[in-house]
Amino acid sequence: MYETSYHRADSVADAASKIGDEGKYLAGGMTLLPTMKQRLAAPDTLVDLTHIGDLKGVSVNGKEVRIGAMTTHAEVNGDAALQSACPSLAKLAGGIGDPAVRHRGTIGGSIANHDPAADYPAAMLALNATIHTDSREISADDFFSGMFETALNEGEIVTAISFTAPDKGAYEKFRNPASRYAMAGVFVADHGGDVRVGVSGAYSNGASRNSEMETALSGNLSADALDGVAVDAGDMLSDIHGSSDYRAHLVKVMAKRAVAAM
Amino acid sequence: MGIEGIGARALRKEDKRFITGKGHYTDDHKVAGMHHAAFVRSPHAHAKINGIDKSAAEDMSGVVAVLDGKQLTGDGIGNIICGWMVHSKDGSPMNMGAWSALATEYVRYVGDAAAVVIAESYEEAKAAAEAVVVDYEVLDAVVDAVEALKEGAPQLHPEAAGNLIYDWEIGDEAATDAAFDGAANVVEIDITNNRLVPNPMEPRSAVAEYDDAEDHFTLHTTSQNPHVARLVLSAFYQVAPENKLRVIAPDVGGGFGAKIYIYPEEIVCLWAAKRAGVAAIKWTADRSEAFMTDAHGRDHVTKAKMAFDADNKITGFKVETIANLGAYMSLFSSSVPTYLYATLLSGQYNIPNIHCNVKTVYTNTVPVDAYRGAGRPEATYLVERLMTTAARQLDVDPAELRRTNFVQEFPHQTPVIMAYDAGDFDATLDAAMEAADYKGFAARKAESENNGKLRGIGMSCYIEACGIAPSAAVGSLGAGVGLWESAEVRVNPVGTIEILTGSHSHGQGHETTFAQVVSDRFGLPAENVQIVHGDTDKVQFGMGTYGSRSGAVGISAIVKALDKVEAKAKKIAAHLLEASEGDIEIKDGEVLVKGTDKKLGWHEVCLGAYTAHNLPEGMEPGLKEGAFYDPTNFTFPAGCYICEVEVDPDTGVSTIQQFVAADDFGKIINPMIVEGQVHGGLAQGIGQALMEHAVYDDAGQLLSASYMDYQMPRADDLPDFVVSHHETLCPGNPLGIKGCGEAGAIGSPPAVINAITDAIGHNNLAMPASPHNVWKAIHSA
Repeated sequence: MYETSYHRADSVADAASKIGDEGKYLAGGMTLLPTMKQRLAAPDTLVDLTHIGDLKGVSVNGKEVRIGAMTTHAEVNGDAALQSACPSLAKLAGGIGDPAVRHRGTIGGSIANHDPAADYPAAMLALNATIHTDSREISADDFFSGMFETALNEGEIVTAISFTAPDKGAYEKFRNPASRYAMAGVFVADHGGDVRVGVSGAYSNGASRNSEMETALSGNLSADALDGVAVDAGDMLSDIHGSSDYRAHLVKVMAKRAVAAM
Repeated sequence: MGIEGIGARALRKEDKRFITGKGHYTDDHKVAGMHHAAFVRSPHAHAKINGIDKSAAEDMSGVVAVLDGKQLTGDGIGNIICGWMVHSKDGSPMNMGAWSALATEYVRYVGDAAAVVIAESYEEAKAAAEAVVVDYEVLDAVVDAVEALKEGAPQLHPEAAGNLIYDWEIGDEAATDAAFDGAANVVEIDITNNRLVPNPMEPRSAVAEYDDAEDHFTLHTTSQNPHVARLVLSAFYQVAPENKLRVIAPDVGGGFGAKIYIYPEEIVCLWAAKRAGVAAIKWTADRSEAFMTDAHGRDHVTKAKMAFDADNKITGFKVETIANLGAYMSLFSSSVPTYLYATLLSGQYNIPNIHCNVKTVYTNTVPVDAYRGAGRPEATYLVERLMTTAARQLDVDPAELRRTNFVQEFPHQTPVIMAYDAGDFDATLDAAMEAADYKGFAARKAESENNGKLRGIGMSCYIEACGIAPSAAVGSLGAGVGLWESAEVRVNPVGTIEILTGSHSHGQGHETTFAQVVSDRFGLPAENVQIVHGDTDKVQFGMGTYGSRSGAVGISAIVKALDKVEAKAKKIAAHLLEASEGDIEIKDGEVLVKGTDKKLGWHEVCLGAYTAHNLPEGMEPGLKEGAFYDPTNFTFPAGCYICEVEVDPDTGVSTIQQFVAADDFGKIINPMIVEGQVHGGLAQGIGQALMEHAVYDDAGQLLSASYMDYQMPRADDLPDFVVSHHETLCPGNPLGIKGCGEAGAIGSPPAVINAITDAIGHNNLAMPASPHNVWKAIHSA
């Protein structure tokens, strides 16, 4: 690891004032710290966001859910009100990484990083979530702009995500056998018959919706409804763990399993 | 058997320090004035070094030296050797390219070291290594052994035209061809044995100390054989004479073969400590360096065919293998795909005619050498895949085809050197089939089908040759060393005992099992016995631990030394008790005259040896004996493994539903430790079968260079293993031990793949049977 300085921010404004040109915000550090240890990233400053009280916690008001950006996966997984309002998201959080990751990693860090194989981005798309930052609100559809890319500006801080809980939802993923990140993670959410499908892990441009599946499922929320849908492999990643054809196939299998689980 | 004697499930004496964090590993070793090394490693698989600009690095804080290969060879440090000469079938010696610990003109794999930085701190060394500018002229690379042999392939070494190291054969080709001419059936197979990264938990590490007043070196290193390391560092690399070099292998966190070899880093740290004038230099691999520089395993491509007569008896077996040895020939690399592979091609079967041709090849990849099993997994995978393939083609039960061809009488001379001394192959097959409820498989398969799953069952009847090895025999085959073992038994005046052994424990539990052997002999508590190993200043010489040799060879040396101690103790006791030597018995910590109530405590006899007040006429004082034990044959562990899998056709995921192991390891000292060895070996074998794969791209970049991409087996990937033991004693050594360290990794891959090919209904499946590969196989049908 290269030398860096560490600043523990006590407010969003404090964090924004300390980031500078070569700094990085530190959330759970589940991606950033290993990258720094491998000397692949060398921020001169780490501004730690995880002690800012305003950024933490889950609030549920009827069907309206708001989750602070620095809420850990374990906290999302264990929140009783969320388990009642949107059990699919709570369950998703409980399946991220391992216990150590779930107690350090945060929802804000995950979506701001937009690893194409992270679980949360698929959920944000399917839940039609809003991403709140220190300067604006961005819809999930506009937020995830490409692999490891988002609509965030330099220095902009994700403060929370919010969404209206769907009538039903489910997430199924096929794990990369080595890393156990998602190779095909599919979140299906039914918003009053209007079905949204978010996909992680498979698409080469990062988390994406699949409109063919959404059309097929809207009005007929059954696994069989997906039989006739062809998932285009042309948009899919290909690597030593799976060809694009395999990923396209897995997306459909996981979508069917998610629908069956709803 | 006492509670701590032979056969006892004694808890491991060494575990307290390991599980409480009190182990002392090489990286824990710190000395005053210790500097740190960081290596400048090639990012290219093949390149010419046109120059190295060290100036920026030399000016950085804490840097005391930046050294390169020309300085190393200029100081007379010798090239790295391969210690086993193999000749091609035309009689010519193998074509060994030069390997300098730091590259001089060319780098030949990603990770090959071009220079080293010595600095006061680890961080300073790392930072300066990045500032060394190597002017690389990038050359075309070749990573695939089959491609490397083709006309026009990039050439690695001027000594090896066409990248061919040797073209070797074993067996009678004409007789084997004749067997095929007269065959009722011929079964063919093309298979690849996937390349693996060993991944011991502790990465490699070295701390080289130099005492300029004495001109003496001390090396702490992660070695499975510190004495061999000292010999090679001294005699071949000219680092220092043996009497000026002490090598210590302290606690070592796993080896699996990868820590047998003497690597560039140890050589460089020793040389650089003296050259740079520093008291000590430490280097510890990070995990990326481990992936990039630890010797890899396996990587064979094989075409084979087997001839059967009308009664399904095997009449001939013909094999052609191409083995990838990587960019340089590592210490035992030449022996792995020859004498540790082709000599096992007879499996558990009567095969009158075998011919095998092996070509070994240089490629722009990490050197390949022995990895748990070393050649024997490759042989077993071939033979046992072929037997199951044959059973399907001949339409007989796989168990019956094997039984039809089993060797039943011992000793049995195979046509490929090995003479099996003992075994009972029907016994382990019967036991495994019973434990696996082989008869009930059809019902379980039907149930899986109802759930939309494909179920398969597969077996593997393995035999391996370990307890390596008779020195004269391996010498005649080209080994540069003998493979005996030494032991010294030091009895202290109060009767406690130190055992000095040339074996080295890096997870095997020697401190427990070796003590059990002593405990069994004299009826002493195991806690009264201390095992000393891993230090060339304490143990005179030894050959180390690999090839499942510590029991069959290392313990046998201890037994020989114990015999001498017992004989002398009896003489002393007979003298003191005024009895005949033949009437003395040592039992439960007492020395008795049989049939009388006359006795002495063991400690009294030992004290008598050292006070020397009343010894037999002419006897030297003291009670200390040594022995060298050279085995007369290999030992032949064998057994049967049965795997049952369920495949999800939607995803290609294979789940192991049951894994049964029935092994014959001869005499077992500690069943708990043996079962642990079997469990670990099975995990590694199942890892090879389903998960592990070292993958290079065409440019020679290692794509699976971290745990993000290299899949290690985890506890939740594995079932509860059903393990049993079926003892036939090895007639070749005093306790009848065969060896258990590698069997699990040797026998299990074909059982898993035979089960999956049974489930999917055809043989067109690549190993590892990853979900993607199984899915492709299902869709290729």
